[in-house]
Amino acid sequence: MSGWIDSILQGILLGALYSLFAAGLSLVFGVMRMVNVAHGDLIVLSAFLAMWLQRVMGFSSTFLTLILLMPLMFAVGYLLQRTILNPALGEDILRPVLITFGLSVIIQNGLLQAFSADSQKLHGGRVEVASIALPAGLAVGTLPLLTLVVSTALIGLLQWVLYRTKLGRALRATSDDLSTAGLMGVNTPHLFAMATGIAMVTVAVAGVFTGIRASFDAVSGPDWLIFAFEAVIIGGLGSLWGTLAGGMILAMAQTTGARFSPSWQLLAGHLVFLAILILWPQGLFPRRTE
Amino acid sequence: MSLLTVSGLNAYYGDFQALFEIDFEANAGEVIAVIGANGAGKSTFLNAIAGNVKGQGNTVQFDGEAICGLRPWEIVRRGIALVPEGRRLFSSLTVEENLLMGAYAKKKDAWPLARIYELFPQLKLKCKQPSLSLSGGEQQMVAIGRALISNPRLLMCDELSLGLAPKVIHDIYETLAAIRDLGVTLIIVEQNVQQALTFADRVYCFQEGRVSLEGRAAALKPEQVSRAYFGLDGAA
Repeated sequence: MSGWIDSILQGILLGALYSLFAAGLSLVFGVMRMVNVAHGDLIVLSAFLAMWLQRVMGFSSTFLTLILLMPLMFAVGYLLQRTILNPALGEDILRPVLITFGLSVIIQNGLLQAFSADSQKLHGGRVEVASIALPAGLAVGTLPLLTLVVSTALIGLLQWVLYRTKLGRALRATSDDLSTAGLMGVNTPHLFAMATGIAMVTVAVAGVFTGIRASFDAVSGPDWLIFAFEAVIIGGLGSLWGTLAGGMILAMAQTTGARFSPSWQLLAGHLVFLAILILWPQGLFPRRTE
Repeated sequence: MSLLTVSGLNAYYGDFQALFEIDFEANAGEVIAVIGANGAGKSTFLNAIAGNVKGQGNTVQFDGEAICGLRPWEIVRRGIALVPEGRRLFSSLTVEENLLMGAYAKKKDAWPLARIYELFPQLKLKCKQPSLSLSGGEQQMVAIGRALISNPRLLMCDELSLGLAPKVIHDIYETLAAIRDLGVTLIIVEQNVQQALTFADRVYCFQEGRVSLEGRAAALKPEQVSRAYFGLDGAA
């Protein structure tokens, strides 16, 4: 029995990491109906940049690299949107998909050139191996627990920005009706770039936490993108709390699947994703638009 | 004094030319009605001034400044607001959030919300409701309030009375009169010609993207208007 509880517990904790992957994807989709295929590669890029920053700046902990990495990735996101992605937005939803696919290939090859094909890992220090004992022989790792706290706080913060600030109001209005938002005085290209910039801040956090938890290499991005996609779609497109729940449901399916056989881990996650897609095509918690 | 001067404006949707050499003038404090059949270019004209449709050349002057080619968000900051056709409220925003969006670009001289609620008291009671849960007339009030909150010098309204009951239209025009009395210049696109002629100081009639008639509302004869509207004998 405690084995099952453990699976669910570990699922919730792993799901927090998946929702970190997915938060930025969900935000960008919610605001501009754009699917960023390079999202996973941008997370990997963040992980490599964190590694590089730690080496160059001599930070004592990888977590501290976030002080520089978050503003840096914000700038990357802002410029990316203004220069490459904004011109691609429009009636044809295929164009941003193709362009971000191209971007994904470029990032992967750039990382291969810069950091070789070797597998890497970030070092989180003592928190990496520490754990907290629970009754009935269960235990939770400090790092996964920290991930859960950060992930929930980050999604809460994004939700607060979206629903309690002037910027968030403009983001939602622009998502509803782009041309009318322009008539209200919203500089929509700038606003989209802000959204992508904010999404890239979440990508920076995701890169550091994932890099500490698992090893990665230059082509890990697409694997991570799949989990992010599935979390967003299970939760309902454009809904941030839904994305948090979606990540957890996906991960719980994986960890309970793994109890039957280790080879069932990924398959169980994909099957649950497919089942939800068939039964609830809008996801479990779709954003209300009417 | 001329607030808005349009001279020789052409506007295109891709290769299709929607407006041909439009000359138009609005003086400060005036109420101008733009009438014409469906597809005559009335909405395109308002959208070209608001920057939503690209006009060509240096053809639109607002308060002495050339505004042709500016983006919509730059134009609204200069004091031009548009109530778009079909209201176009933000569906996932509440009534109050919709109104606040109108003041997005204005840091200093925007109206306080209370002033909008004075004009439309029933909106205050429903300020936390989703905008689309309101009746058509109330939604139109939100659309007008949203444009007005930016404290525009020129307010353009596109087909305000479309799909609304006569009583509601009457109320909305009473509010427009109050707005006019505040000194706001109004350009009204209106399908109901009688309504337009009674309310406006001057009238422009559009036909197939051209101005077919212009004159003081009180001085126009009905047969002049119907000729310009329908283009019966092609005379302009």
